[in-house]
Amino acid sequence: MSSSNGHLLEVKNLRTYFDTEDGVVKAVDGISFVLKRGETLGIVGESGSGKSVTNLGIIRLIPDPPGKIVSGEVLFNGQDILLLPAAEVRKIRGRRIAMIFQDPMTSLNPFLKISRQLMEMTQLHLGHTKAQAYEHAIKMLKTVGIPDARERVDNYPHEFSGGMRQRVMIAMALSCEPELLIADEPTTALDVTIQAQILELIKKLKQETGTSVILITHDLGVVAGMTDHVVVMYAGKIFEQAKTSQLFARPGNPYTKGLLRSVPDPTSEQGKLYQIPGSPPDVAHLKPGCPFAPRCERAEDICRREFPPFVELTPDHHSLCHFADEVFAESGGMVSSNP
Amino acid sequence: MDDNDPKIAGDEKQSELVWGLDVTPEASPVDPGVIAVGPEMAVAGDVHPIDEGEFVRGSSLWRDAWRRLLKNKLAVFGLVVVVVISFAAITGPAIIKAVSGITPDYIPTDDIRLVKSFPPFTGPEGKFSWAHPMGTDNAGRDQFARVLQGGQISLFVGIISTLVSLLIGVSYGAIAGYVGGRVDNLMMRIVDVLYSLPYVILVIVLLSMFRSQTARGQLVLLFVALGSVSWLTMARIVRGQVLSLKNQEFVLAARATGVSTPRIIFRHLVPNTLGPVIVYATLTIPQVMLTEAFLSFLGFGVQAPLASWGSLAADGAQNIAIFPWQLIFPGVTMALTLFSLNFLGDGLRDALDPQMRTD
Repeated sequence: MSSSNGHLLEVKNLRTYFDTEDGVVKAVDGISFVLKRGETLGIVGESGSGKSVTNLGIIRLIPDPPGKIVSGEVLFNGQDILLLPAAEVRKIRGRRIAMIFQDPMTSLNPFLKISRQLMEMTQLHLGHTKAQAYEHAIKMLKTVGIPDARERVDNYPHEFSGGMRQRVMIAMALSCEPELLIADEPTTALDVTIQAQILELIKKLKQETGTSVILITHDLGVVAGMTDHVVVMYAGKIFEQAKTSQLFARPGNPYTKGLLRSVPDPTSEQGKLYQIPGSPPDVAHLKPGCPFAPRCERAEDICRREFPPFVELTPDHHSLCHFADEVFAESGGMVSSNP
Repeated sequence: MDDNDPKIAGDEKQSELVWGLDVTPEASPVDPGVIAVGPEMAVAGDVHPIDEGEFVRGSSLWRDAWRRLLKNKLAVFGLVVVVVISFAAITGPAIIKAVSGITPDYIPTDDIRLVKSFPPFTGPEGKFSWAHPMGTDNAGRDQFARVLQGGQISLFVGIISTLVSLLIGVSYGAIAGYVGGRVDNLMMRIVDVLYSLPYVILVIVLLSMFRSQTARGQLVLLFVALGSVSWLTMARIVRGQVLSLKNQEFVLAARATGVSTPRIIFRHLVPNTLGPVIVYATLTIPQVMLTEAFLSFLGFGVQAPLASWGSLAADGAQNIAIFPWQLIFPGVTMALTLFSLNFLGDGLRDALDPQMRTD
């Protein structure tokens, strides 16, 4: 592909606003990140932090109106997707960038056979004939571990269980061997054992095909096991960005620390579970200071007054906090005492 | 009907209904090896298929709906009557011609008597005869053959107009609903305007403006006139359905796979509206047939020698005091058919949308 210095996807300063009766909602406000070929990026955050909107923005699926990508660039192989004509974007969707959605119960069309839905992809993008597409559909179902794929391919979605449906979604997403797979909370609607299966499946297929993955989740456990880099989002902004191991070992942001503390630890004594006090802010009416300040344990006057800087802690570890360096230093100590 | 018609509200549950039907065993026995997630999984490198054991085959929405329909006695009665009458109307005239040589428009030329209309089962000499089981009309034409032929035309009018309403109404409603915004607003206001015109008068104006000389031309005009007004409600129903469907994730998923907008509308959304569409189409047929009968009764519909139930009834109504059979037979046949179609339509609604039932 074109010169893109090894970066498959480069999102620069993406802003997506929604015009609502309540005012302008800045769902995504100046997001930048880079995804290298073959890597996995995790995007973590609470509900409403802008994770999904970021990724819908990447393939231009923001509902417009009311949504609007106000500014920014989405460079895919060095080409700005936001500037392409709609027909070109459609050729990229599914063919080079595929998506898996949160709820497999609703993301398959209940009235179409599985085969039809799988065949549509390859007929559309790879120019398969009906027979070729049908065989390919069966092959993909086998790849994702559906037993008796040949018999099951002509079933309707309601004849599949939730986990199997998510497998079908993965089969569909990967059937054109995309360069980038965006998985938007792929396991949230599934029960725990199925979650593990699906994650393992994504991991394995990623290794086999070399597809890059963006994994959106609010489950830090998933991030730890699956990703190379993590982006932590809050109120439409990136609060912390680091290598996964770095982020877990030495978080440099009070919000990330709070998130990490909120993960129940099965080895510790039963006690009260930690939670970050308060709830995410109304992004239509943000106050001038740090959006997290009202919930932050170490907030000081400056936090409520001024928007925090995006501090570089190490070359690939950044944090949006007035006290990033201090938090980073503290958690270094925390790690050494608790390896 | 308007947008908050109970039918629509209920039909939104359609998608839930699909999930609810004979669900496959959700908690399937899972290969225990799959649950154990850890490094050994990655090493194993093989995707463990889900072991579902004996797979219970779920039944489709249609099979389930069919089963429910068969439980509904009135609907089954309606279905049988409709099938019998349609079959008789289609094959009847030909059979009568083959058996007795009488065609619906055959006027006996050797009969010199003044009164040519005989009661049922009466021969020329006033004795019992199988020749005319429904009697004859003023010109001496066989009433039975005419009622069957009239049935052909009445059913044909109903079905063609309903097909037109399906074609125009479904696409119009689906496009309006999916595109939304200003386009939707404009398209639905057009429907509102057409709705507010008294459609019988509209049809009468159409028919008298383009009055055709031939009976066949008149028939085509009738199709156009009835079809052009019968799609309005269909458009509203489909629009409502599409509005509730278009925000579902499978539409987003289809868009994310690069499917074009027309394809999403017609291949992904329209099939999902089929349930209510079928129900409404079944109810449109009798409605259109009734309108046709009404127009024929007023003299705007089918012209002799072609006959429809409406025109036969109109002829019969003029002689009701002396020759009541001229009105009774086409009237009863039509009423029976309309009843049956309505029963069938109601039955289909219950079958395709069981949550709607109040009892």
